[in-house]
Amino acid sequence: MAVQKMTIAKALNAGLRAAMEKDPKVLIQGEDVGKLGGVFRITEHLQKDFGEDRVIDTPLAESGILGTAIGMALRGYRPVVEIQFDGFVYPAFDQIVSQLAKLHSRSRGAIKVPVVVRIPMGGGIGAVEHHSESNEAYFAHTLGLKVVFCSNPTDAYWMIQQAIETDDPVIFYEPKRRYHEKGEIDVDVPPARDLFSANVVRQGTDATVACYGPMVRTCLDAAKVAEEEGSSLEVIDLRSVSPLDIDTLTTSVTKTGRLVVVTEAHSFVGLSAEIAAAVTERCFYSLEAPVIRVTGWNAPYPPSKIEEHFLPDLDRVLDGVDRALAH
Amino acid sequence: MSDDVVADVTRGQLAGGVDHHESTLRSRSRGPFDGGPDMIQLLDPEGQRVLHGGAQEYAHHIDALTDEDLRGFYRDLVLIRRFDLEATALQRQGELGLWVSLLGQEASQIGCGRALRPQDHAFPGYREHGIAWCRGLDPMRLIAMYRGVDRCAWDPKEFGFHTYTIVIGNQVLLGTGYAMGVQRDGDVGTGDPDRDTAVIAFMGDGATAQGDVNEGFVFAGVNDSPIVFFCQNNQWAISEPNERQMRSPIYKRADGFGFPGVRVDGNDVLATYAVTKEMLDRARSGQGPSLIEAYTYRMAAHTTSDDPTKYRFSAEVEMWKLRDPIARFKTWLGHEGIADHDFFVAVDAEADELASNVREATVTMGDPEVADIFDNVYVEPHRQVEDDRAVQAAYAASFDDEGVA
Repeated sequence: MAVQKMTIAKALNAGLRAAMEKDPKVLIQGEDVGKLGGVFRITEHLQKDFGEDRVIDTPLAESGILGTAIGMALRGYRPVVEIQFDGFVYPAFDQIVSQLAKLHSRSRGAIKVPVVVRIPMGGGIGAVEHHSESNEAYFAHTLGLKVVFCSNPTDAYWMIQQAIETDDPVIFYEPKRRYHEKGEIDVDVPPARDLFSANVVRQGTDATVACYGPMVRTCLDAAKVAEEEGSSLEVIDLRSVSPLDIDTLTTSVTKTGRLVVVTEAHSFVGLSAEIAAAVTERCFYSLEAPVIRVTGWNAPYPPSKIEEHFLPDLDRVLDGVDRALAH
Repeated sequence: MSDDVVADVTRGQLAGGVDHHESTLRSRSRGPFDGGPDMIQLLDPEGQRVLHGGAQEYAHHIDALTDEDLRGFYRDLVLIRRFDLEATALQRQGELGLWVSLLGQEASQIGCGRALRPQDHAFPGYREHGIAWCRGLDPMRLIAMYRGVDRCAWDPKEFGFHTYTIVIGNQVLLGTGYAMGVQRDGDVGTGDPDRDTAVIAFMGDGATAQGDVNEGFVFAGVNDSPIVFFCQNNQWAISEPNERQMRSPIYKRADGFGFPGVRVDGNDVLATYAVTKEMLDRARSGQGPSLIEAYTYRMAAHTTSDDPTKYRFSAEVEMWKLRDPIARFKTWLGHEGIADHDFFVAVDAEADELASNVREATVTMGDPEVADIFDNVYVEPHRQVEDDRAVQAAYAASFDDEGVA
């Protein structure tokens, strides 16, 4: 049965399983990834099927998890690391920035460190502090890393496998509030695009909406409503924020003349700022309006009772679109 | 050494000393730096064979060495010191951006480095020139880094010697992970001496405060990984002495992580060899990690950018000179008839030739290409890096056009 209905969580699990079956050098390590299957169950049953040497429950030390994963990569393995929650990655920041990102260039190409760092990201799940962050800008700013987001089950299934096959280190963000959204996957049809290409998930003519991760669903919903209101939005799922598929963006903006960038992360010095600048540099004479950013507010992530007021939602996306169309 | 000097250093009472404000917090006295009763020593500072601190457990590794091996140790010690002095001089003359001297730590590194086997893998900090030497690296590869030509001019896989690591302690975790990989490859405890593999990770006394080092101890302990943690306690973390870094001796910490720790006289090449050999064998045979504290002294500045007269007494340095690692070994080799005058003269001549070659190769070393900036950032091309490569090339070419006009 090639076509299966799966959640993003199950698709990631199936993708990890496929990667482990295909390549015996693929390892998983992290906190609670073994018997428990991870706090989100993304690695469920993998330890049972592949053994404790390939699915490793680690001590609770993120720098240790990253540093030893890099060490195993130096020995020829392809470790996939799970960081339990976005806000717990910071103890590993030093290893990611100083070693993971730099070993290939430091050794003038002699060393490869094909480590994948999986991070469940973003808010909207009513969590306590440090469990709802969008910290991709830190890693996208670090050359030597590649940074990608999956937004749907098909991408989750294929992108995790593509990330594992990539010889560069990849920060792999998973939209945790979308883990249980379902979609159909045909596991026999190979992926339509490479890991670092954007995907135009809805064609339109009046404005381009660029987004990634958990915001893709929000923006597609907004585009449906906009259509009812008479506006045609083109929605681009960027998928990769480093490298950034600038060509897909500029092609779309050249056509629509307007760009709204939507991220959960706040705008100040973030990916939305980079995208606005990069597109403006290239599409200045095609733009009918300033690039509009619809993002989390420039403030720390709030207590969960008011997080819905912090996260961009359908109305805020449409408000941004209206501001772009007003010009 | 004079007991008076030791006592004076201990009290910090030397004439002409640094003007300190007295701390109101409890402070600990310095020295007398004798390493204490547990320190493994096979050769004392006067060049006499001794069995100090339970050294009899390790002495058999020395008995297994040939006279040629021992003369080789001496040659290594003298050559690496001569190389190091030349590199310091080259920095002073503006040929290197920086040099990190190993002066005083030669025996720690040569004894340890000679205990490694080809299949082993070492994870250095940035002062492990003696280990690099033992792994067969041309010293010019180290020079290239400190001249600013390169960041790591070797393939770690080829030499079993990882890149120099400048962020304090990072390499301890990489080594631990590598050792976990060795376990997964089944290259531990097979009994095949050419297959069984150990990892060694280097750090200084200052690094023992780092989270990464302690996490490395935890991970290696939990996984029973084939790694030796080799800490050169050279007494100073730039300007901060041991008592600003720790309350309990480094080697004793191993207990808390569940593996053995041992303190060895880091200025005794026989002891560092024997203890490292024992612990590497232990790791290779599947008995897990261990911690070696090589008790030594940083005779020079932290780096050529440092001025140690601001924070330590010259009498302390003078006291450690009496424990010089090379002098004691030379005395013993001569006394035992293992080496003679002609040998020592020949080694000195070889050292001078090495220094001369290093100097010549340094001053004639070419600069990297500007376009190299964009190479090897990624394995597979990255759009934004490639965009800038083109922009930089066009910018550089614009000056060519001006020249033509």
